[in-house]
Amino acid sequence: MLVGKTHVYGDNIDTDRIIPGKYTKTLDMSQLAAHVLEDLDPEFRHRVQSGDILVAGENFGTGSSREQAPIAIQAAGISVVVARSFARIFYRNAINIGLPVVEIANHTIENGQQLEIDLKTGAVTNLAAHETYQARQMPQVMIDILNEGGLVNYLKQHGTYKGV
Amino acid sequence: MGQTTVEKIISKHAASSVRAGDLAIVDVDGVMATDATGPFTIKAFRDMGGIDLWDAERVSLILDHATPAPNERISNLHQMLRDFANESGCHFYDVGEGICHQLMVENGHVKPGDLFLGADSHSPTYGGLNAFAAGVGSTDLAAVMLTGKTWLKVPETIRIELVGQLPKGLTAKDMILFLVGQIGIAGATYMAVEFTGEAIRDFTLASRMVLANMVAEMGAKTGLVDPTNLELWYDWEATYPDDDAKYAISQTFDVSQLKPQVARPHLPSHVSDIDVSQGKKIQQAFIGSCTNARLEDLQMAARVLKGKKIARTVRLLVAPASRKIFNAALADGTIQILSDAGATFLNAGCGPCVGTLGGIPADGEVIISSTNRNFQGRMGNPNAEIYLSSPAVVAASALTGEITNPADILNGNTDWEIL
Ligand code: SF4
Repeated sequence: MLVGKTHVYGDNIDTDRIIPGKYTKTLDMSQLAAHVLEDLDPEFRHRVQSGDILVAGENFGTGSSREQAPIAIQAAGISVVVARSFARIFYRNAINIGLPVVEIANHTIENGQQLEIDLKTGAVTNLAAHETYQARQMPQVMIDILNEGGLVNYLKQHGTYKGV
Repeated sequence: MGQTTVEKIISKHAASSVRAGDLAIVDVDGVMATDATGPFTIKAFRDMGGIDLWDAERVSLILDHATPAPNERISNLHQMLRDFANESGCHFYDVGEGICHQLMVENGHVKPGDLFLGADSHSPTYGGLNAFAAGVGSTDLAAVMLTGKTWLKVPETIRIELVGQLPKGLTAKDMILFLVGQIGIAGATYMAVEFTGEAIRDFTLASRMVLANMVAEMGAKTGLVDPTNLELWYDWEATYPDDDAKYAISQTFDVSQLKPQVARPHLPSHVSDIDVSQGKKIQQAFIGSCTNARLEDLQMAARVLKGKKIARTVRLLVAPASRKIFNAALADGTIQILSDAGATFLNAGCGPCVGTLGGIPADGEVIISSTNRNFQGRMGNPNAEIYLSSPAVVAASALTGEITNPADILNGNTDWEIL
C-alpha cells in the first residue's frame, strides 16, 4: 500500500518538460533528479519529498522514448505516477524501471491531497476528498515485471519472457 | 475475417496468428540505439547479466544526438558506445555519419515486412518501407539485445486514405502536419496508422518516411505506408492488408485543396493553414532532422533560395540527414546554392532538433523548423517559440525574415521541378 501527497499537473506533459534533452546525456541519476520538470515547474524539485505522488491529466509523458523521463521522476523521490492516460513509451519505460504508473480515466485529484494506492487491486483512495477510484488493469506481463522491481530483475530471474 | 498489415507482420513474428488486442511475444528482426538512449541500454544489458548480444548483425549503435561531443561528459558516453560496439561486434555509426533513422533505412538494416525496435520515438519512420517499427526505451531495447524477443500488444489500426492530387509545391510534410492536427497529439495512442490512397501512390521513399515519421506526434505505436509503387534497391516482398481487415477508424482526406501547413508553439498538433502564422517574424530557420533533411528536402529549399540571399535578421541552419545525402547534395550543386544564399551547414545528425548542441535559440526568439516537435524547450531554450513546417516554407521564411508561403516567393513561378 502506497500513501503519499500529490503534486498535480495538467494534460500533455511531454518528455522535454519532464527532463529537457540537454540534460539527458548522463548516467548520473542525481543529475536527472536535479532537473526534473524544470521547464514546467522549477520549484517542483525543491518541494518534492520522498514518497510523494505525481498526478497528471491526459497523455502524460508524450514525446520521446527517453527512459531518463521516468528515471528522473523516480530519482526525485516520486513513488507512483497517476494520470488520466499515458503516452505508450513512457508507460512501458516506467514499468520497466520499476516505477508504478496508475491510469485512472476520470480522476479529480487535487494538489496536496493524500492518496492511498493499492497496486495489487488498483484501488485508489483519495483520503482528503473521501473518494475512491479504480485504476485500469495492466497486462499480466507488466504486473510480473513490476512485481520483480523492473525488467532488469525480471530478466535476471527468468532469462527471457515467461509468456503472456 | 481478414487482417491489417500490422496484424500480418506481427503474426509472422509470433508463435501464432494474432489480432488487435492480443498480447504476443515476438521475434525482433533488428534494433538500434543512439547516444541519447544507448548508454542506459548498455547499462541495463549489463545489469541483466548480458555478455554476448543475441545477434550482433541485428544490432546498431549510432552517435547522432549530440555530435560531435560538446563536452567531456558526452564524449565519455560516446566512448562507452564505441567500446561496446568494438567488443560486441555490432554495427556502429560514429559522429557525422547521420541520423539513426536515415542510416537504418539507407544501409538496409530494416526492410519491408520487418519487425524492428528502436530506442528512439521516431522509429516508426521505417513504416515508410512498410515495416512494423516502434520506439521503445533503453531497458526494453536491452531485453531484445539479450533475448532477441519482446512482448507487445497488437495495436488496432487507423486507416487513413489520402485522395486527390497534392497541389504543386506542397509536400508529404504538409500532409502529415495536417493529419497530426486532425487526429491530435494523442489521437492514435497505442494504435497503428496505415496510410494509403492515390495521393501518396507516387511518393518517393523519402516522402513516405516523412508520413510514417510523424505518427509519433499522434501518439501511435507505429505507422505504415501502403507499399504500392515503392522502389527499393534490393529485392523485397510487399505486405498488404486483407480487403476485409478490421479497422478501429477509417478516414478519407482529400488533399487537393491543401495549403502549406504550420504547427504553432508548443504542440505539433497546433496545426493550421499557413495564413494563420504568415508574417510572424523569425530569427532562426532550421532544415534538418529525421523528418526533413533528405536530398529532396534540401533540393526543395534550394529551389526557393536559388540566386537569392536570406534576410540579414535570420540564421539559416542546415543539417543533412546523412553523409550520403550531404555528398549527393554536394554533387548536384544543392549545397552550393544553399551556401551562396547564406545557409550555415552543420554535420549530419540531430543537433538543433533536440537542443543538445548547435543553434540553441536566445530568449524570445522564434524559429521555423522542418523538424517534428515544437515542445517548449525542445531546442534547448524554454523561452523560445518553435514553428514546424515543410523545408520549402522554412526556406521561404529564411528569405523574408517572417513566416512565408513559398508560393509568394516564387511569384507565380510554380515550376518546382527546376532546381
Ligand atoms: S532528428 Fe530529432 S526527432 Fe529525429 S531522431 Fe534526432 S532528435 Fe529525434
